[in-house]
Amino acid sequence: MGKRSNWSIPYVVFLVFFVVLPLVLVMVYAFQDSQGHFTFGNLAKFFTDKDALSTFAVSIEVALENTALCILLGYPAAWILANKQYNKSAVTIVLFIMPMWINALMRTLATAQLFTMLGITLGKGTLLFGMVYDYLPFMIYPIYNVLAKMDKSYAEAAVDLGATPWKAFWKVTVPLSMPGVTSGILMVFMPTVSTFAISEFLTNNKIKLFGTIIQENINSSMWNYGAALAFIMLIIIGITTLFDKDKEQAEGALI
Amino acid sequence: MDKIIEIKNLSKSFGDKKVLEDINLYIRRGEFLTLLGPSGCGKTTLLRMIAGFLQPDEGSILMEGKELAGIPPHERPLNTVFQRYALFPHLDVYDNIAFGLKLKKVPEDEIEKRVRRVLKLVAMSDYEDRDVDTLSGGQQQRIAIARAIVNQPKVLLLDEPLAALDLKMRKDMQTELKEMHKKLGITFIYVTHDQEEALTLSDTIVVLNEGRIQQIGTPVDIYNEPVNSFVADFIGESNILNGTMIRDRRVAFMGHEFDCVDEGFGEDVPVDVVVRPEDIYFTTEESKTQFTAKVKSCTFKGVHYEMFVDTDTGNELMIQDYDAYPVDSTVRLYIDPDDIQVMKKERTCNTLYGTVKDEETVTLLGADFPLKSGFEAGTEVKVEVPFEAVDLLDNLDDGVLDGEVHFILYKGDHYHLTIKTDAGDFLWVDTNDIWDKGDLVGIRLIADKGIKISRKDG
Repeated sequence: MGKRSNWSIPYVVFLVFFVVLPLVLVMVYAFQDSQGHFTFGNLAKFFTDKDALSTFAVSIEVALENTALCILLGYPAAWILANKQYNKSAVTIVLFIMPMWINALMRTLATAQLFTMLGITLGKGTLLFGMVYDYLPFMIYPIYNVLAKMDKSYAEAAVDLGATPWKAFWKVTVPLSMPGVTSGILMVFMPTVSTFAISEFLTNNKIKLFGTIIQENINSSMWNYGAALAFIMLIIIGITTLFDKDKEQAEGALI
Repeated sequence: MDKIIEIKNLSKSFGDKKVLEDINLYIRRGEFLTLLGPSGCGKTTLLRMIAGFLQPDEGSILMEGKELAGIPPHERPLNTVFQRYALFPHLDVYDNIAFGLKLKKVPEDEIEKRVRRVLKLVAMSDYEDRDVDTLSGGQQQRIAIARAIVNQPKVLLLDEPLAALDLKMRKDMQTELKEMHKKLGITFIYVTHDQEEALTLSDTIVVLNEGRIQQIGTPVDIYNEPVNSFVADFIGESNILNGTMIRDRRVAFMGHEFDCVDEGFGEDVPVDVVVRPEDIYFTTEESKTQFTAKVKSCTFKGVHYEMFVDTDTGNELMIQDYDAYPVDSTVRLYIDPDDIQVMKKERTCNTLYGTVKDEETVTLLGADFPLKSGFEAGTEVKVEVPFEAVDLLDNLDDGVLDGEVHFILYKGDHYHLTIKTDAGDFLWVDTNDIWDKGDLVGIRLIADKGIKISRKDG
């Protein structure tokens, strides 16, 4: 038998072909014009393209709103799930996670149908609804994880020192659960920026997101510009991950 | 007498399990009181009820005459030092200690003064800005104490605060805690399973077992005059033996008669006798000799030697002495009347209640035992089972009932076991077989070993 390190070869091959190579290709295309010459033109085009810029702004705005809504809804849900007093069975957690088992596209299509049936006009409201519906479990789970593992005696110590349960929650439980919230933000914010299917189905393409214009460009064979946009999005996502620098505390928070 | 806390008829259950039963206790202002017992005895539950994290099912806790039930923990004038410190990892040392004062809106300069003062008290003056994660176990412990006492509580609750420290550190902290208690004048309620710690620190010890108070007293009382074999076994090393009180001031055990100082037990009454290993003396004079023994083993323990001897009547005794005696030598021994502690036996047999199922069977503890009772089916009966009439079996299927070895007491020539059945009932067994705590056993009754069956009302 060969060395044990040989066992990693299949994974390395996989990573090279399906992660590194595509990324390199995106880079290469982003800095080429249609004749294959090196250029910054694609990037420059984005910064002068008013439509693209405003779509980008809308995308960021929607992603921020979605993330905020997910925190507002997800934190209390995670807290209740992690609290044995209120949640006596593991089944409830599964119920919250279960929507993730069904293809997001199918759920989105079904949601769109539902809205149409109820006569609700598709627009920003329905878009946010769909996004929250899709991404909420990704917010709940990491927060739940941190809260469930947190030593109860922290909150008890706070109460013992004279804090009302409410104050103990804000001064101790919330700060100590931030690693979970950070993980949740990463898992909700990043995919929302690049999503296009949800906006397509739930707004009838009325609201375009950044992912949509990338998809449109690629679809209409504007490979280079599409690649440049994808490259810009990668940079943005890269920046957001920097907020998660407290890696040690986030231990176990990411799924 | 100035009682700061009074606990009356306190009971608490978790589900079906009674963790505390009818606890009555008072705590004097300024004293250092220790709740001592093995794990699962209910000591932490009692502490948590005083702190307010748990509500009693029955009974009351009074503080300075006022009922504490209904007062939420954050309004109680007491503070807790938690088992694993529970220092807030997102705050530095200063903010951890200032946490309680900030909540009470104490002015900033006063907070600073008070934090400095307690930091000095726990000898951690230069650590204000440190992250709590960077502190050692002992240092975290000091900060946890500082965080509690800075609020000037009337009572400080300490839940096994030294359990996580290594031996050397624990000894140092014991001394410091004792000094702190003297300096502060605050009432300390201390929970521990470490009997030595309890003896060292306390003014008063409350020994708990199975949710009940076994004994309350000063360390000296508890050590010298344990009220039952549990306390004798739990506190310090001891030889616990079966004996018979012949008359006042005269007791027989190990096949010999001894003078003692106990009286009021009656005549020819079975008793438990406790002799501490340091209270058995070697002699060379024939006139002093009460019995002889053969040394089986001798181990050096630092200050003294610990020896196991077999007496001329076949009992094993542990003896501690400053001099070593060679293994296999025969030695002459005596015990001072003062050093023989006689205790009433808690029970002399198992008393069970059940019903006759048919001619050959009696239902006891929810299982059918093959016993001929001579009563009609359906008769309610009282069954007295001698300790030696209970048979323990390795193979659970061979027993009528399953149980677990719950507590083991060595009585010199046999083991006295407490068996907890699956249903939570207790049986007591005398046996020569060696079992370990937690062993699962099948239980059988041996009919011809003096089991007495009578009508329940009769």
